[in-house]
Amino acid sequence: MSETHQETDYQRVQRSPEFQDLRRRFRRFVFPMTALFLVWYFVYVLLANYAHDFMSQRVAGTITVGLLFGLGQFVSTFAITMIYARWANNRQDAVAAQLRDEIELGTVGGAAAARGPEGSRA
Amino acid sequence: MSATVLAGVLPAATAPAEQIGEPVVNIAIFGAFVLVTLVIVFRASRNNRSAADYYAAGRSFTGPQNGTAIAGDYLSAASFLGICGAIAIYGYDGFLYSIGFLVAWLVALLLVAELLRNTGRFTMADVLSFRLRQRPVRMAAAISTLAVVFFYLLAQMAGAGGLVALLLGLDTVAAQSVVIAVVGALMILYVLVGGMKGTTWVQIIKAILLIAGAGVMTVWVLARFGFNLSDLLQGAIDVAGEGGETLIEPGRQYGASALTQLNFLSLALALVLGTAGLPHVLMRFYTVPSAKEARRSVVWAIWLIGIFYLFTLVLGYGAGALVGPERIASAPGRANSAAPLLAYELGGVLLLGVISAVAFATILAVVAGLTITAAASFAHDIYASVIKRGQVEPDKEVRVARITVVAIGALAIVGGIFANGQNVAFLVALAFAVAASANLPTIIYSLFWKRFNTAGALWSMYGGLISCLVLIAFSPVVSGKVDPATGDSLSMIRDTSVDFAIFPLENPGIVSIPLAFLLGIVGTLLSKEKPHPEKFAEMEVRSLTGAGAEKATSH
Repeated sequence: MSETHQETDYQRVQRSPEFQDLRRRFRRFVFPMTALFLVWYFVYVLLANYAHDFMSQRVAGTITVGLLFGLGQFVSTFAITMIYARWANNRQDAVAAQLRDEIELGTVGGAAAARGPEGSRA
Repeated sequence: MSATVLAGVLPAATAPAEQIGEPVVNIAIFGAFVLVTLVIVFRASRNNRSAADYYAAGRSFTGPQNGTAIAGDYLSAASFLGICGAIAIYGYDGFLYSIGFLVAWLVALLLVAELLRNTGRFTMADVLSFRLRQRPVRMAAAISTLAVVFFYLLAQMAGAGGLVALLLGLDTVAAQSVVIAVVGALMILYVLVGGMKGTTWVQIIKAILLIAGAGVMTVWVLARFGFNLSDLLQGAIDVAGEGGETLIEPGRQYGASALTQLNFLSLALALVLGTAGLPHVLMRFYTVPSAKEARRSVVWAIWLIGIFYLFTLVLGYGAGALVGPERIASAPGRANSAAPLLAYELGGVLLLGVISAVAFATILAVVAGLTITAAASFAHDIYASVIKRGQVEPDKEVRVARITVVAIGALAIVGGIFANGQNVAFLVALAFAVAASANLPTIIYSLFWKRFNTAGALWSMYGGLISCLVLIAFSPVVSGKVDPATGDSLSMIRDTSVDFAIFPLENPGIVSIPLAFLLGIVGTLLSKEKPHPEKFAEMEVRSLTGAGAEKATSH
């Protein structure tokens, strides 16, 4: 069993450039995306709550600006969902799978020591 | 009444029963649903051996299956009957709810689902206790889980009574109590026998019926108006009579004053941040074999839930145009009767029967999902980890979980009977507020913030939970809200001379959510707890790569 001052497999992986890349890409994607949809949602809620005249304007027949904004929330939610799923499938999954295999086979950083996946847990 | 629409069904014991349709048909169709699902539950339960089988269905569901089950779990009677009714009567403001409920899923998709699946086993607390001190954190997480589940469960069970009055023509309290007990007993049977696998199948079947039924009605309504949305809205405006124009404008329900507007803002915040903290939603991510399948689950759920809410937009305005707000408001379940009345208007006795049965199945499926979550939380977090300090056989833990199911089921029946006819409409909104304040900040910090520690988690969870409860207790939903027109009380405490509502908002989210996020930071920074870089490394690596994640069990 590893001592606390000894570096664990997970720490070695955490330091590795492959993992750092994976992590950076993940954060660079999900944080701005989260900020984007939250801002867009609250712009919509605030408009619906406080800009009644604007939202009540008719665009065609009985279709109002507010209805289009509301449907726009559906469109953006579906779009972000598909964009994220595609991005994660294409860009992240293969890298994650490779790192996972290295950890579970105990071949991290070339260390051939045959350790089980639980080997480094305190 | 920001929360009325969320309640599922309004108090019904006092409402006069103007019976529509044929109760026998409604009961027969519901009976068929129960029969079919029971057979499936019994077949599915054959392999319920280990804790992973009982709590997480052996992690053997596919993404599309789990996504459908999530939709079945999430689309409660409140979503279906409540939102249709709110759109029929309040128009645009009813539509606003569904948007918050949908956008919230992006939080789950981007920040929570996959990372949670990779780092936990059965409950939310598994993730938190990964690198924090286990016992106090599990205790806190279990308490907030049980609180959310209890509020949600009580609202559903109380709603069952009102639904009975509307759909089965039972207007005595005794008869309604019997039906509540039957619903509760059925739910106990499903969860006891079927575990997570049985519960999931009930939710999948119910979701398909609900979405298909709503889809058929939507096409039917649109066909009546030549598939022209603008004509449909015009129809609703015409039937509503004077002031009907406001149906397509925001503010009919919330525009009254600055206070009602602030109320809505608070609700909107709780809705969008609450979903990803709802324990019964989080637990569903453990029923799939990998993070990739968890992602697929959420993608499916978002499509199904989104399409369903688009249906409710048509159905709500359709009910306004074809049934009319006056008839809806005078029906036994008031706003909640909009969808059933529309079904009767379109397809007569048979379609009403199908929609009624689906509404019942909805309560059953949602309640089952809540119960297994509470049972897992109690048995896995409190019993096995806190009381027995992890020294417990998995068999014994599952036995405790099953006993908990019976206890919670009994509590739900008794609570449902007592709450029947009470104004407990605020409970679902409260459940979302607690989930957003007590659960979400800690989940996010623990996944993304290296320095986060036990003190921060405890401050945030208890602070979020307690602030929600205290603010609700001193809000107008509990005391002191009087209908200016009739002089009747609109609060839980019916005596209008009692008034201790010193907090003016009906939804605590706008105060409690930022407070809980803040407390997480303050608690962390004030604590002298030593950080565990090796544990954070393990958690971070596992959360993003899936290394060491729980695999599917095979039989």
